[in-house]
Amino acid sequence: MRNEIALKVNGTHIVVPPGATVAVAVALAGQVCRKSASGAPRGPLCGMGICFECRVAINGQPHCRSCQAFCEEGMDVRTNG
Amino acid sequence: MASSTPDGFDVLVVGAGPAGMAAAVRAAECGICVGIVDDNAAVGGQIWRKSAEEDVTEDAKSWADCLKARQVTVLGGMHVFDQPEPGILLAESSDNRSVLHYEKLVLATGARERFLPFPGWTLPNVIGAGGLQAMVKCRLPIRGKRVVVAGTGPLLLAVAAYLKAHGAEILKICEQASWLTLLRFATSLLTQPAKIWQGIQLSQQLGGIPFLTSSWVAAAHGDKMLEAVTITSGSETETIDCDYLACGFHLVPNIELPILLGCEISDGFVQVNDLQETNVSGVFCAGEPTGIGGVELALVEGQIAGLAAASRIAEARHLFGKREGFRRFARSLQRAFRLRPELRMLAGPETIVCRCEDVMYAQLCPYTSWRSAKLQTRCGMGPCQGRVCGAATEFLFNWSLDSARPPVFPARVESLVAVRDIKQQDPQKIS
Amino acid sequence: MNVTYDIIIVGAGIVGAACADELSRRGMAVAIVDREWIGGGATAAGMGHIVVMDDSEAQFALMRYSQQLWHKLRLELPDDVEYEQTGTIWVAADEEEMAEVRRKRNYYGQRGVPVEELDAQGLKHLEPHLRDALAGGLRVPDDAVLYPPCGARFLMERAQQSGAKLHLGRSVTQIGDGCVRLTDGLEMQAQYIVNAAGTSAGDLTSGLEIRKRKGHLVITDRYARFLRHQLLELGYLKSAHSVTTDSVAFNVQPRRTGQILIGSSRQYGAEHKEVDHEILARMLRRAEEYMPGLRAMSAIRCWTGFRAATRDKLPLIGPWPDDPSLWLATGHEGLGITASLGTARILADQITGAAPEIPIEPYLPSRMMLSQTLKEPANA
Ligand SMILES: Cc1cc2nc3c(=O)[nH]c(=O)nc-3n(C[C@H](O)[C@H](O)[C@H](O)COP(=O)(O)OP(=O)(O)OC[C@H]3O[C@@H](n4cnc5c(N)ncnc54)[C@H](O)[C@@H]3O)c2cc1C
Ligand SMILES: Cc1cc2nc3c(=O)[nH]c(=O)nc-3n(C[C@H](O)[C@H](O)[C@H](O)COP(=O)(O)OP(=O)(O)OC[C@H]3O[C@@H](n4cnc5c(N)ncnc54)[C@H](O)[C@@H]3O)c2cc1C
Ligand code: FES
Repeated sequence: MRNEIALKVNGTHIVVPPGATVAVAVALAGQVCRKSASGAPRGPLCGMGICFECRVAINGQPHCRSCQAFCEEGMDVRTNG
Repeated sequence: MASSTPDGFDVLVVGAGPAGMAAAVRAAECGICVGIVDDNAAVGGQIWRKSAEEDVTEDAKSWADCLKARQVTVLGGMHVFDQPEPGILLAESSDNRSVLHYEKLVLATGARERFLPFPGWTLPNVIGAGGLQAMVKCRLPIRGKRVVVAGTGPLLLAVAAYLKAHGAEILKICEQASWLTLLRFATSLLTQPAKIWQGIQLSQQLGGIPFLTSSWVAAAHGDKMLEAVTITSGSETETIDCDYLACGFHLVPNIELPILLGCEISDGFVQVNDLQETNVSGVFCAGEPTGIGGVELALVEGQIAGLAAASRIAEARHLFGKREGFRRFARSLQRAFRLRPELRMLAGPETIVCRCEDVMYAQLCPYTSWRSAKLQTRCGMGPCQGRVCGAATEFLFNWSLDSARPPVFPARVESLVAVRDIKQQDPQKIS
Repeated sequence: MNVTYDIIIVGAGIVGAACADELSRRGMAVAIVDREWIGGGATAAGMGHIVVMDDSEAQFALMRYSQQLWHKLRLELPDDVEYEQTGTIWVAADEEEMAEVRRKRNYYGQRGVPVEELDAQGLKHLEPHLRDALAGGLRVPDDAVLYPPCGARFLMERAQQSGAKLHLGRSVTQIGDGCVRLTDGLEMQAQYIVNAAGTSAGDLTSGLEIRKRKGHLVITDRYARFLRHQLLELGYLKSAHSVTTDSVAFNVQPRRTGQILIGSSRQYGAEHKEVDHEILARMLRRAEEYMPGLRAMSAIRCWTGFRAATRDKLPLIGPWPDDPSLWLATGHEGLGITASLGTARILADQITGAAPEIPIEPYLPSRMMLSQTLKEPANA
């Protein structure tokens, strides 16, 4: 098994350990997941797929729950997505 | 996207937490075709959420091994969002959808944390207690981070111990319940040696961390991220710098799918008979949706439901006594961690209540029901479908939610169209 | 509640609210009664497309009149009404439908409605997410979209500012002879009663035939700038108005939030408000055919609503011949959000004896009595 996974968050390369979710990658990249309807920064709340606060775009698909998605090699993650 | 394949099961279990795993294993022991589906990629539910770094507990491992040994079909990373007709559920994953046919169904959808609004609760790094634990299990670095744990319920202690063990600096644990109610709760546990043992272990692990009762978070501060929290006991307040606030107010059951299926709900919980069967024939329910009672109760209820679904009634009956003991514990839990009325006052007029749509507390005040507030302010209209703000407004305004509508979970348009495939293909049993 | 009003309106949907607003601003003492909250009936379910339609001359007149009233009102509408002049594009799939584009263009043009004919390229330019190989379309820039429940609330608040009294959470069991009876036994008196109870109007006025036409809608998460106009297929004219069979049509709407509201379906004889999965799937398939990009979008909610339909597809606005105290304002089928303002005007004109700005005869309830034997129009 690989011991690290490389992906991009908002175009910046980042390396995470296996088993890391995209939410964790976003946090490691020093980003927040999204801007709320009125423009405030938001990050994960429930950590278990319920609250949808952690939505990001993954490989071009918007509104993915980053806490439920595991990082994969070469993934392209965009916040505010 | 891959096309949908219809799967057929004698017993299908929704939710692969302790309750669901136990149900699936017991049902599968009699050689029938059993499937288990969960939104999470791996089995385990909330408490046995697998971490990449460390092994899960013995219990978790043995149930997971049984699932394998009994050849239960595990459909991970799939959430069930609709029942187009009795006997058929629709589920989707990030790149697929499934049409799941069942003869008998066990709903083991578990619970989520209750979140209550207070000024600053929308700042990044204000996160659920169980939520932060789950993130750490998913490799969020926590070593050296300063964490305040607050809210109510036994989960706070479990989470604090877990975070501490992973190197977090737990600054304070704030439990809103009073010392007296906790003492009564502890006394009620005297009949349950296992719980006492857990309690003793916990208090050893938590040694040295200030544990405040009758204490809660009044506000979180920060510019773009959490920087500090103000905690209060009503009379005294204190502001503490921290990196994370792990905050949850006990648990609310996930009953949206049971409601959609027509299961009777009373006092917010799914009603079941002795065999864990709901009023909908052939649909069973186990674990947190029938009452918040912890992992032991979930396991017994799950086993009973699984046995009953496989028509092993006599064996199911053997577990009734055990279940009763754990149910007593569930009832004392409910009493001990009742929310104090002061918490209703925390939200200011401008505090966001609905985080999906950014609806403020003051906007909600003129309304008398969830539905009118929702229609007029958009509260609860976002993708969480009211799972967060609904539980909050239930406490804040005494509103009860209206009925569940499909999809009970957001689903892709193409997955909603999958219902057409039902008519075109017959299910194939997998065994 | 022993006060006597000039007028009691039953129903606080957008039609009742518009009537309350208009009548109270003309100085009448108005009360409104609703068993639920403002805008909780069909108004909560409707799409909120402010649209001019031309199924008949009479329909066109009321819709155009109403569309212009909304346009005039737009500056007073609070933000949460989400009024947005998106315009409509009627999408033509083939040459046959382009012929309809031209017919419609001439019809609207002759009656002073600005329109723009689009060829395939022009259509693609305005709505790049439509599928390729469509023939073109007709753009109606005056059309708009709004959020109906807040529209109804705004009108009701204005009515209240002019003195109207609102009684919510009270169910009406009987109306007639200047009297409104509530479930709790209470009675309210007025010179006139307006039945604006939507699909329930027929339960309160015997001899009034209102049929329910069920519709489904789906709303997505936010996808900013994906869609700019309300889009309707012109096949709509061929299929969706069929009176006897269930039908679906491509009908999508951009919300201010960036969400996309996907419609539409029409069913007769369906009484249950539960989602009908078969028709929902057909409706979404149709939408996907026109806009493949919808497929991967996250749908947050589905719901259904009932349109109050009359036999001749025109609303009922005016006195009820059997009872001099009773007036009707209902039967708007799929167009009541738009038509609410025009309806309120011509109802108030009739009640106060003012001269209406459009001919009112086609909407008078008395026509129902005359045309008991009239056949359903085959393809209205
Ligand atoms: C966030 C959180 C953290 C917790 N941490 C602890 C802890 O550290 N220690 C402790 O003692 N107790 C903890 N608990 C309590 C513990 O989860 C329960 O006591 C018990 O284990 C519940 O078992 P269950 O099987 O009923 O539910 P759960 O373990 O909650 O399992 C339910 C499962 O159903 C799945 N599910 C729900 N709806 C759907 C759907 N529509 N489609 C597909 N899948 C679905 C969920 O993804 C979940 O995996 C926690 C609870 C929560 C909510
Ligand atoms: C799916 C769908 C899409 C639509 N899209 C559009 C569109 O895009 N554009 C458009 O213009 N129109 C549209 N419509 C039509 C529009 O929604 C309706 O015509 C309009 O809302 C009717 O308003 P109303 O006030 O007459 O009825 P309602 O909103 O139904 O109001 C009637 C009120 O009467 C009350 N009531 C009934 N009986 C009683 C009683 N006995 N006692 C007390 N109160 C009572 C009800 O509680 C309700 O509040 C659509 C309709 C549907 C179903
Ligand atoms: S943090 Fe709640 S859904 Fe991801």
